[in-house]
Amino acid sequence: MSILIDADTTFIVQGITGREAVNLTRECLDYGSGAKIVGGVTPGRLGRDVHGVPVFDTVAQAVEHHGAPIDGSVVTVPPAFTKDAVLEALENGVKLVVIVTERIPRGDVAEMVELADERGARIIGPNCLGIIVPDVIKMGGIGGPARDAAKSYSPGPVGVISRSGGMTTEMSSTLTAAGLGQSTAVSIGGDAIIGSTYAELMPLFEADPDTEAIVIYTEPGGRMEAELARWVTDNGSRLPIVAFMAGRFMDEMPGMSFGHAGTIVEGKEDTATEKIARLAEAGIVVAEEISEIPQIVKDRIGAKV
Amino acid sequence: MRFFEYESRAIVAKAGIPVTKHGFAKTTDEARRIAEQIGGPVVIKSQVLSGGRMKAGGVKFADTPDEAAAHAADILELEIGGHMPRGVLVDSRAAVKHEYYAGVVWDGIRKRPVMLFSDMGGIDIEQVAEEHPDHVARRHFSTRTPFSDWEAKQLIASLGISGSALNRLTPIVARLARLFLEYDMTLAEINPLGELEDGSFVALDAHMDMENEARPRQKAILTELGVGDDETRLAREPTPFELAGEEVDSQDHRGVAGNVTEFDGNLGLVIGAGGGSLTLFDAVRAHGGDPANYCEIGGNPSVSKACGLAKLVLQKPGVDKIAVMMSIVSNTRVDIVARGVIKACVELGYDPAEKIAIFRIPGAWEEEGFKILEKYGVEYANRSVSLHEAARRAVVKIQGAAA
Repeated sequence: MSILIDADTTFIVQGITGREAVNLTRECLDYGSGAKIVGGVTPGRLGRDVHGVPVFDTVAQAVEHHGAPIDGSVVTVPPAFTKDAVLEALENGVKLVVIVTERIPRGDVAEMVELADERGARIIGPNCLGIIVPDVIKMGGIGGPARDAAKSYSPGPVGVISRSGGMTTEMSSTLTAAGLGQSTAVSIGGDAIIGSTYAELMPLFEADPDTEAIVIYTEPGGRMEAELARWVTDNGSRLPIVAFMAGRFMDEMPGMSFGHAGTIVEGKEDTATEKIARLAEAGIVVAEEISEIPQIVKDRIGAKV
Repeated sequence: MRFFEYESRAIVAKAGIPVTKHGFAKTTDEARRIAEQIGGPVVIKSQVLSGGRMKAGGVKFADTPDEAAAHAADILELEIGGHMPRGVLVDSRAAVKHEYYAGVVWDGIRKRPVMLFSDMGGIDIEQVAEEHPDHVARRHFSTRTPFSDWEAKQLIASLGISGSALNRLTPIVARLARLFLEYDMTLAEINPLGELEDGSFVALDAHMDMENEARPRQKAILTELGVGDDETRLAREPTPFELAGEEVDSQDHRGVAGNVTEFDGNLGLVIGAGGGSLTLFDAVRAHGGDPANYCEIGGNPSVSKACGLAKLVLQKPGVDKIAVMMSIVSNTRVDIVARGVIKACVELGYDPAEKIAIFRIPGAWEEEGFKILEKYGVEYANRSVSLHEAARRAVVKIQGAAA
């Protein structure tokens, strides 16, 4: 089992004719059992194809061609056009939108999220690499080409949630090397406002019988970690969580942004130090180094039995 | 991106919110002329982006134009928090009966903008929220439906404010909420929002922050305010080393060598990408290392970009060695980065094996990359060596060399 996607998930790629999107499409088609990419959308390019995937002018055309609702969309269009592309997907019945594009203003993200909520849909990102279910499917550039993704990701009991796309792979690779596979790994994006936070993905992992532990990568900035700590405390999660906090040096440099758009220390509450304390209070182990994570996960899974 | 107070005033006034009579001056003569025009007691306020102006002596009161000019002369020369002022704001001193607070910020958890209103203005809103939570009202609002005035009214009335004050405050707060969305602000704050003796309201100080990502589409207002594309408005001004880093990045469009930030250590860092850089910088320091810089490379940079960045770091005074480290790459090619950093060493007349403390970039094209590194005798590591272990090895090597 997995969360968000499985072998049967159908999706489109919006902005499919862009250079990165062409590569991403190839990677997803090649990985696992092969993603069911049922179409691509680039306005004005109707009738072309990208690695055999038909290209349409509109999402509605893609849905009509497919003859059934389409589950998801990977959005890779430039920032100025992203909001429109996402609204188009949502209004055409797409229920899971992965936004790869970075540098989207918060006002646009808020508007997209608001419509997604109204339509009962979910957004992952922006500024993310997507979702991977090891050996089954990947939706987005996560892990890179199929051959490389296979080196880092393996199936298993750990759910991974990360604000950094690259670190999703680094941490999963470390788990894989230690014999701990992943149920699903989600790159949630590094912006100040994102479609799905740790706390919002937790109930999904909670409901997934194959997930036995959660590993998260986190950074200074924002209150997502406090939200997660509160969720864990309020809901008595069955899943042990191990966190890694990067960017501790930023506590000494308020007002400076490093790493991702949302990674900036603006107040007392969003420092690394404060977050580590919050997570620890909720029983979440914060590892000092990534290499310590597999042993902590093994101990925690073992301790539950 | 932060706005100066005089710019924030202009934004607020443009939105139809009343402000006191004021002017922006870059010289003492201009300050005197504005004070004459205002014709009464004035306040001279330093226009810097750092806080704590009052405490630093950057805000002074004057009763005559001559006194205003004298204060302006002092304040124009006064450095505050490492910044010289851009000029001074000459503001009329209004007879204020009561001070309120009105602000709009983003709530990243609710993913909506939230209006804040308080009848205890003039002090930091976070302090009010902590000490007098019943004096702060909050209300989230939609980005999808047009903002309606009743939302502001309900917010203000929830503090027990009624009568003409409520009716005069409502349009001010509504305009603030609208301008927040219209101009892609991350903060729009009027503090204090003054109630004058005659019952009218006026913005006495305003603080605006625009989201950097929105600057391209906010060209119109930025041009109107005279804000140039080259103004970063960061917490501190970029150093020459950092500007040279931007230069390297803009030389060609392939890949990113971003966020080059100067530190004063001896270990140069060629690191990436976003999360990897944060992890590695911490790791170097955790092992007692002393970084000379921070940076984020990624997005498949060209050989010349990797070379340019490595050269910049290698030539920084005090740098003994560089460490080239990234989290597992899928888009960036290991061999290209390897080629770039070796080229930098060779062209500067250094032995790569001696100058590169460690190369730890696993991922795409790693076999090709490792072959090149082997040829030059550079110590490299694959994914079996953790980021922290790679950082530790680099620190051990540079400390061994220094001893």
